[in-house]
Amino acid sequence: MRPFKYSNASETAAAINAVVVNPTARFLGGGTNLVDLMKEDVMRPSELVNVTRLKFSAVEKKENGLSIGGTATNAVTANHELVRENYPLLSMAILAGASAQIRNMATNAGNLNQRTRCTYFYDVNMPCNKREPGSGCGALHGVNKNHAILGWSEKCVATYPSDMAVALAALNAVVHVEGSDSTKRSIPFSDFHRLPGDHPEIDNTLKHGEFITSIDLPANRLAEKSYYLKIRERSSYAFALVSVAAALETSGNRIKDVRIALGGVAHKPWRARIAEQWLTGKEATEANFKAAALAELKNAKPLEQNKYKVGMAAKAIVRALEGAMQGGNYGAMEADLTTTN
Amino acid sequence: MEEQPLFSDLSEAERKALEELMPDEMGEIMSSGIKRRHFLKLFAVTGTSLLAANLLGIEQLMARSIPIEEQPPVLIENGINVSFQVNGSTQKLMVDSRMTLLDTLRERLGLTGSKKGCDHGQCGACTVIVDDKRVLSCLTLAATCEDKKVTTIEGLATGNELHPMQTSFIKHDGFQCGYCTPGQICSAVALMGEAKNGDASYVTANVREKKKAVELSNEEIRERMSGNICRCGAYPNIVSAIREVHGDKAVAQVWQFAEGTI
Amino acid sequence: MSETGKPISRIDGRMKVSGKATYAAEFNQPNMAYAFPVRASIAKGKIASINDDIIRKEAGVIAVISYKNAYKLKPLDMQAQMKAGAGFLGENLPPLQDNTVHYPGQFVAVIVAETYEQARAAAYKLQVKYIADKAAVDLKTELPKSTKPKMFMGEEAQVNEGKAAGPLAASAKKVDHTYSTPVEHHHPMEPHATVAVWEGTDKLTLYDATQGVGLTSAIAAYFFGLKQENVRVMAPFVGGGFGSKGLWLHTLLVAMAAKAANRPVKLALTRQMMQTNVGHRAATIQRVGVGTDAGGQLNVLRHHTNTYNNLTQFFEPSGKQTLVLYKARLREVTYNVAHLDRSTPTFMRAPGETPGTFALECAMDEMAYQLKMDPVEFRIKNHTTKDPVKGHDFSSEFLVDCYRTGAKRFGWASRSIEPRQKRQGKYLVGYGMATATYPGGRSAASVKVLMNNKGDVTVMTASIDIGTGTYTVLAQTAADALGIPVEKIDVKIGDSSLPPAPLAGGSQTTASIHPAALDACVLLRKELISMAIADPGSKLNGSKPDDIDFANGKLFVKGNKDKSDTYLDILNRAKRNEIEACATTLPVSGAGLTVPSALCTPSQTPAEQNSDIKQYAFHSFGAQFAEVWVDEDLGTIRVKRVTSVQDVGRIMNEKTARSQIIGGVIFGIGAALMEATEYDKRWGNPVTRTLADYHVPVHLDVPPIDVHFIGKPDPHISPIGARGIGEIGITGVSAAIANAVFNATGKRLRDLPLTPEKFFES
Repeated sequence: MRPFKYSNASETAAAINAVVVNPTARFLGGGTNLVDLMKEDVMRPSELVNVTRLKFSAVEKKENGLSIGGTATNAVTANHELVRENYPLLSMAILAGASAQIRNMATNAGNLNQRTRCTYFYDVNMPCNKREPGSGCGALHGVNKNHAILGWSEKCVATYPSDMAVALAALNAVVHVEGSDSTKRSIPFSDFHRLPGDHPEIDNTLKHGEFITSIDLPANRLAEKSYYLKIRERSSYAFALVSVAAALETSGNRIKDVRIALGGVAHKPWRARIAEQWLTGKEATEANFKAAALAELKNAKPLEQNKYKVGMAAKAIVRALEGAMQGGNYGAMEADLTTTN
Repeated sequence: MEEQPLFSDLSEAERKALEELMPDEMGEIMSSGIKRRHFLKLFAVTGTSLLAANLLGIEQLMARSIPIEEQPPVLIENGINVSFQVNGSTQKLMVDSRMTLLDTLRERLGLTGSKKGCDHGQCGACTVIVDDKRVLSCLTLAATCEDKKVTTIEGLATGNELHPMQTSFIKHDGFQCGYCTPGQICSAVALMGEAKNGDASYVTANVREKKKAVELSNEEIRERMSGNICRCGAYPNIVSAIREVHGDKAVAQVWQFAEGTI
Repeated sequence: MSETGKPISRIDGRMKVSGKATYAAEFNQPNMAYAFPVRASIAKGKIASINDDIIRKEAGVIAVISYKNAYKLKPLDMQAQMKAGAGFLGENLPPLQDNTVHYPGQFVAVIVAETYEQARAAAYKLQVKYIADKAAVDLKTELPKSTKPKMFMGEEAQVNEGKAAGPLAASAKKVDHTYSTPVEHHHPMEPHATVAVWEGTDKLTLYDATQGVGLTSAIAAYFFGLKQENVRVMAPFVGGGFGSKGLWLHTLLVAMAAKAANRPVKLALTRQMMQTNVGHRAATIQRVGVGTDAGGQLNVLRHHTNTYNNLTQFFEPSGKQTLVLYKARLREVTYNVAHLDRSTPTFMRAPGETPGTFALECAMDEMAYQLKMDPVEFRIKNHTTKDPVKGHDFSSEFLVDCYRTGAKRFGWASRSIEPRQKRQGKYLVGYGMATATYPGGRSAASVKVLMNNKGDVTVMTASIDIGTGTYTVLAQTAADALGIPVEKIDVKIGDSSLPPAPLAGGSQTTASIHPAALDACVLLRKELISMAIADPGSKLNGSKPDDIDFANGKLFVKGNKDKSDTYLDILNRAKRNEIEACATTLPVSGAGLTVPSALCTPSQTPAEQNSDIKQYAFHSFGAQFAEVWVDEDLGTIRVKRVTSVQDVGRIMNEKTARSQIIGGVIFGIGAALMEATEYDKRWGNPVTRTLADYHVPVHLDVPPIDVHFIGKPDPHISPIGARGIGEIGITGVSAAIANAVFNATGKRLRDLPLTPEKFFES
């Protein structure tokens, strides 16, 4: 870890200004990813501004939905009564990620600012265009079984690691940010993270010094039928190979509204709009789920070692939609698994 | 830094207990000109009398907080003055902005119970309880701890009486090498609070059902403890230990080579 | 009232749950500095330049040490090292002695600074430039250039080479498949760490995370040219080892750093360094052929292993169990070993048997299925009661009991031979089993026992408790041998200045040190007896030694408990503050991993009870049963329960023994389902760099594990009758799981680990 200046921010404008004026300054939230990356020498900020004491930790009702604070922790958010009741998809997704300890530390804003877990990004001796633009992509022809199958570029095949963000994508969340001179703007979630293109060093559309104050969740009728499925190499405390946030609103068995977002497959949470479009207005049947999943994944371009992800993602979409239809809870889906021993 | 007088910080009772435990080493130690903190470390090796530790609660003696170096190590860059509570007592010190809470506990405060297993939030050995929440001290910068209350493994016992979770870990053999143990126990203690709050986990049957308190199944305990890795593989025993404390009734142990259940 | 065997709680438990058990990196010293190593970023080549002069000016930096200025260690000399008991260096590459690079991650420099933060920052800034050579980084590519080693650890490495092809081809039924296992890393929870303290130039103290204080002391003494008694190594608590805590280069490096800085220095490896600098289990590609007659009687076994090494002669001996299990007319066990410019492979929990039982026991399962035989019955039909290669009887062997007991406890009878017969919701349920085995080794050991006039007893030996329970079981043995309660016994281990004991490896600590502890207690008793007999003040005065028995802290005349004398009275009347006895046991089979001390009284154990390997074959056996639930759509496997029945001789403490088997089984679950280190095929560096990439099992991966011990003492290994227990628990587990996956799904997966992607490839 390189030396850096440190301050505890007590006032928003000052905190933002401190970062704005120093191109190598960063906000510090829970530190679960930033401190990790600094210890790896991947990130070398010259200044950290601790924003966890700013008053953006509320989770509260808004006119047409819910607002969750940028500095609220993942644990508080996942367990908030209003989130559990109205956005169980978000609770499940958050609880699928990391560990209890990390969720107690990590902030919502920090979760959206996570960097990729691509090992070539983490290893400073390896080429990585995200860490060091122009050095090449180590994963493109390397060990890439955990990498992207959708939306990647020759410059970067990394995936975005968050579970929370996959649910937020499905829920049409809106990210509220504040920048220098108290300028505020709102970013629809689908525009927040970006595909790598020619600039994988840029993860999202935040400008330097912009601070995530809150995330809005619009009201919906999806709470009863939503499910977050995560497939990983061990049963807990691991990043997703593939994850799916699925939510439905049906009338009888007919699909009125459907949301599907995938994690572990792209440089951003991948909203499966083709599948959604395919399903809207159709019957909620396994055959339709399958067809929709295949339609979405027709565009997948697997790398040498991750062809499995295409088939896995297709099956996972079907399974997650089934989970949502069965009442959207882990208990209904995994009753067999959890009732024994 | 100037040397303090020999054992000026050892109480008469401590000195007596130690003399009794290790008469041979005592003379040598008394004349060797080392300070209590180093002596206590030395004691842990040469005189690690497990017997004494168990019978006389000598580890309590050693747990008494070791005096902090008032002077920070030389040449601190970006020094931050920070003041926070550790196990009930206020600590004030200047830390390098890069210093983690874990390294502060281990390298500056002599509280080595919290362990460094991976230093990257991937194993849970460094778990401590900050303001009633279990967190990873390896990813917590000490500078962020201003005014916070930190409880480490050293702070769980009351006097000579172990916390029920500690007792239960011994009974159920919830450890082998012991290195992940402080983190497992801190995590398990905080978990009891989370269950009382009705917090959900990924394997909670229905997250929409908000309950006052949850009774944890084995599967729930396993999922919620999955952030604490044990490479020796004491997991089933840890689950038994937690179940006993959580359920407030004895969890049976049945043995082949001893009669009945103990 | 016997303490031995009882499931008592660990005597060091209170310290461990209180955070008071002190591990190597926790021995902070006055005026201590911190070291942080710098690792090579290429696989092979030479260092061209280092900007060390610039880094010396960084804040807090005390020293920058590289090949340019490093202390010159004594050069490698295997014969001299062996003679000095310093033969087992993790890699034969004393650090920083020249500018060559032999693998990615090799230490090329070390920074010493005032604080850890400063040392780490300076290490990151150090720029090392290299001239890279073409490196050998991929096993399959290098196999054509591999060699056939003649020997492995003193045993013939190529057994019946080329002889199995004919009989295999001629067998009525045969399977012949290739199984592969990946690189695995030990990852004990405590990272390797050493604090080095010099006193002058000829005395060194190392607080070291090691499995062997004696070994570490011998190696450090050798390379620094010191007397071994002047290198004291302390390791009262060690946070796991699993084979990785022999002597690796950081221990020498930190002593060199402390010399250069002229102050105590601490070096704790990072988790990332544990992927490159403290050994690993090498990958294997194994081909196993099994041939039987039409009725399922084994005709021939062939087991060929392809693997690699670097910087030592060690290679993964995955044919070992194939030399021990089953009756067959012929068996061929061979190796091809390639060279890779990869960090050095080493011993890892059940080296050989872990990947080897995966291959052999899956092949046996495949054969049983082809024969439509129950896999348990197939194994029992081909069971051997003798070492099939050497022809000796096993010293003690209850493998068939393990199969039968395990099958009963597990409920094996409800398994169907045909796969895909059992479902639970969306899960396919399968049962699988495999044989477990590991050698029953024993080395020389010396133990000193001291009794003071308060009746407290201290048991001392330079052994280690890496989590195995050594503290506790030693107290139990001494309690029984002296007739006093466990609470009165203190155990001192983990200090090289104590009487020598083998390193805690090879599942032999209990088998080695307990006979010596027993002997030392007997000697102590004898002294008490002679003191009492000779003392006119004793009721035992004039009795014959053979007529004296002992219990409850007293000696008494057999059949006349009133004629007694307490240990305390005997000592006090003689005005003795304490008495002590020290015994050395030297098995017939030789000193093994210990350099025995001549200072203690040699044991008089009859050869028949003293590990005579010319007469008996010493092996432990077991049977592993697993139930898996497979979500075939998603490729996920959950192990739902395991039954492990073990024939490991006498059980010294059922609680700690059970824990070790559970731990082994969990290691096996890791190997079966998730553990693998992967390397980039262009540059040879590990891309699984941390515990986030290298997955080991977490709580949720682990089901209830039913452990049962046969519990029959081995009459020939030692008067104690215990064989080791640390490693056998992992053996056979990955095969049992893979066999269960076949039973569940009909898919035969022969490439570990069984990660979800495997279901989409096959």
